[in-house]
Amino acid sequence: MNALLLSALLGVIMMFGGILLQSKAAVRNLAIGGLCLLLVVNILEMCGTVFFRFDTRGMMVFDNFALLFNTIAFAATLVYLLLSARDMEKVGINYAEYFALIFFILCGITLTSSFKSLLILFLGIEIISIPLYILTGSDKRNLKSNEASLKYFLLGSFSTGLMLMGIALVYGTSGTFDTTRIGAFTATAPSALMIAGMMMLLFSMAFKASVAPFHFWTPDVYDGAPTVFTSFMATIVKAAVFIAFIRLFDDAFGLQNKQWRLFVGILTVATLFIGNITAVFQQSVKRMLAYSSIAQAGFMMLALYAMNTDAKEGLLLYSAAYSFATIGIFAVLIKMKDYTFEGFNGFAKQQPLLAATTTIFLLSLAGIPLTAGFLSKFYMLKATMANGKNIWLVIFAVLMAAVSVYYYFRVIQAMYFKEGDGHRIEISPAFKWTLVALAALVILLGVYPDLLLRFLYY
Amino acid sequence: MIPVLLILVPLLAGLASFFFKNDKAVRSWALIASVVTLVVSVLGLTVMKTTGNLEYSCEWIQSLGSRFSVKLDGMGQLLCLLNAVAYPLVILATWNSSYKKPNNFFALMLLAQAGMMGVFLSTDALLFYFFWELALIPMYFLCSQWGGERRIPVTFKFFIYTFIGSLLMLIGIIYVYAHTKDHSFSMESFYNVSLARKDQYLVFWLMFIAFAIKMPIWPLHTWQPDTYEQAPTATTMILSGVMVKMGLFGVLRWLFPVVPFASFQWGDFVTSAALIGVIYASLIAIKQDDLKRLVAYSSIAHIGLMCAAAFSQNLSGLQGLMIQLFNHGINIIGLWIVVELIERKTGTRKISELGGLAQKAPALAIMLVIVALANIALPLTNAFPGEFLMFNGIFSSHTKYSMWFIVMAGMGIILGAVYTLNMIRKVFYGDTNELTTNTQDIRWNEKLALGMIVVAIFWLGIYPQCILNETASFSAEIAEKIEVVKQYFDK
Repeated sequence: MNALLLSALLGVIMMFGGILLQSKAAVRNLAIGGLCLLLVVNILEMCGTVFFRFDTRGMMVFDNFALLFNTIAFAATLVYLLLSARDMEKVGINYAEYFALIFFILCGITLTSSFKSLLILFLGIEIISIPLYILTGSDKRNLKSNEASLKYFLLGSFSTGLMLMGIALVYGTSGTFDTTRIGAFTATAPSALMIAGMMMLLFSMAFKASVAPFHFWTPDVYDGAPTVFTSFMATIVKAAVFIAFIRLFDDAFGLQNKQWRLFVGILTVATLFIGNITAVFQQSVKRMLAYSSIAQAGFMMLALYAMNTDAKEGLLLYSAAYSFATIGIFAVLIKMKDYTFEGFNGFAKQQPLLAATTTIFLLSLAGIPLTAGFLSKFYMLKATMANGKNIWLVIFAVLMAAVSVYYYFRVIQAMYFKEGDGHRIEISPAFKWTLVALAALVILLGVYPDLLLRFLYY
Repeated sequence: MIPVLLILVPLLAGLASFFFKNDKAVRSWALIASVVTLVVSVLGLTVMKTTGNLEYSCEWIQSLGSRFSVKLDGMGQLLCLLNAVAYPLVILATWNSSYKKPNNFFALMLLAQAGMMGVFLSTDALLFYFFWELALIPMYFLCSQWGGERRIPVTFKFFIYTFIGSLLMLIGIIYVYAHTKDHSFSMESFYNVSLARKDQYLVFWLMFIAFAIKMPIWPLHTWQPDTYEQAPTATTMILSGVMVKMGLFGVLRWLFPVVPFASFQWGDFVTSAALIGVIYASLIAIKQDDLKRLVAYSSIAHIGLMCAAAFSQNLSGLQGLMIQLFNHGINIIGLWIVVELIERKTGTRKISELGGLAQKAPALAIMLVIVALANIALPLTNAFPGEFLMFNGIFSSHTKYSMWFIVMAGMGIILGAVYTLNMIRKVFYGDTNELTTNTQDIRWNEKLALGMIVVAIFWLGIYPQCILNETASFSAEIAEKIEVVKQYFDK
């Protein structure tokens, strides 16, 4: 509850901050300070200190799962701002507004992570999406950015419509928006109308999470959007959608899994396959990361398929591992002039520390032990294989993980083993050390995940 | 305490090496660190050999039921000793090779050592998997950074191969874990799990593929000759001397005791593949002109024989395998050292371009002949007792094809003698040519490294009992487990 109010408030403050504050550094510092406050306040709520209390009439529940995810999302955003806030200056003149939009998105994330009612879910998804449409098109003079924004907006509205339709159908059959009561209702009589509504919700959420075959907008939008914002979209927002996804299907349709489980299985396989295989053929690192985000979504889908305690724990770890690593890589990518693989040639010679941290992030995405990425993938596999079932799905998933090594390691090969002319890039020491700290965090979570997960049972 | 030190010393020394600036300093540092590891390892074998010293366990990931538990037992002792012996030898023998950025090179080498130590020591399946991968990552960077011309694609192939294998193994581990009663990754829980026959087959193949790729046995060996050829020689020594033992180690520690039924049932199949590999690799080795590739194929042949001995699953075969695990490591490092010296002194590895080296470098020639004779298991050399026991094991194993197997294995030995002796003849005898006339004999550090190997060859050839004593209880345990299965089938 703390974070919900504060994030909305901070969004408004940032909007006015743009008018009142003259220097860009002041705006940036205000945003980073605000975010730190948000993080602290949310952690305080985890420890039991709630500043604002109001009656949500059972439409929201701030349980440990929701709060822990909020913490992860805020921490990731903080890291993101520390690394890339400076680079937002290059996008356009409305510097403060970008921060305002990001805070609004965070507000939407607190809604989607803690909803108990389909209305709140819808609100949350919309509050996330609309600022994203704007951010995607924020590079106004760039045709690609405009195209991406329009495409995202049209397709996104369509899927929102689908979601509303699904909610209407579910409401029509069960007479309630409350997810727990829907869950209780579906246990007895899953009518055709209810199943239709559920499927619509499934597909619209799959669209938002860029799960194949609803992923076609992803590469274009991620590629077209200014790289700073792609970083945010591909990580924190995507993780938030998955948290909403698993919450919805756990609470409302958990007992009805016979109807949707097969579909989710098919979507998982398709996502893993398309994401990984297509990423292999990319020439631009940015586009590769877009497809890699689809591939990682495939792994996160396994949590939905498994739907047990391990899966929920694992999804939290996964979102942390994935977000941190991807934000780190994007932060380096933004500094590069050339987004192709060749652009990274000889990078290790020029920036040994940056290359080393990028390598750690790539290893984490590929799922190599000692990094958070391994343990999060491990949780997914373990959850899917509980009681020794689904072995073929798991085998397929790890084979796809092996494919992913190919494209992640291409960047490592370019950095370390290939000679490059290497145009110099300017790096501030603060940027460097933030990146090192982030890499240390990725390794720490990979060696000792209980650091994060024990808060679930706090 | 000892096992923790065995992992920590190379790990910390390796991390520290990254910060060295001076070439000589980092070499000395790596040498000192590896000698310290060796001393610790020897201490664990001798004066500090009490249960309290050889075991360590603490909480790690509680929510998963995984502990950081390490233990030195019979086979672990042996392989840790091999790992500890190999490093000083390799560093000493390649003292004169120069590397770009030597600090990174030695740091990665030491990190790989830490990883392999962890593999040999861990008694927790998840921890085992962790170290299994950790040993691989430094190897990937070592081979890609410092290797020959085609190093990048070749190493990448090696990496992808082993990575697929290990991921499948991970599924196997999770599968067994899901069936343990107390949901733990500890070795005891894994050993006590009783899987249905069908599940055992599945787990067997999931895990065995990883081990088979690592060894490697035919037909999963294709990464090996290329990688050995392209990798920097110091790395190749570690790869072939120590790292491939991880595969056989995995079979003995994590496969036989966990899925005894499947291991017994598929034994004939695996033995056939391994022995086909022996003959296949030996035939190819005969035709090789490149010394490095010749040794690489010879290694496939030896490993194939060892794999067959492992799957004979009786005490004799297993004990022979234990001796051979150690000896093969020593001998092949010796061979690589000789190959490296020849290449450095003459600038070529082509057998056809060499000749008459014995006249110019007599010390080198003597060393090579001894190592080569050990490679073909002549009596008095260390490989003889090992191969004898392994043959005995294969012959007396429970299968109806044992006659065929022994014939195939014997063929491998004969072919091994053909290519090894041929190599000696062409490289060291005959007339010198313009490449070899100016060759100088080896230096003191190389003499020292090769001398130690020669001592080890004779010592273990005459008195192999010291190894046998160490591993007897361990081999007996495995043989017993399989014996139960055999009796079941006999009924």
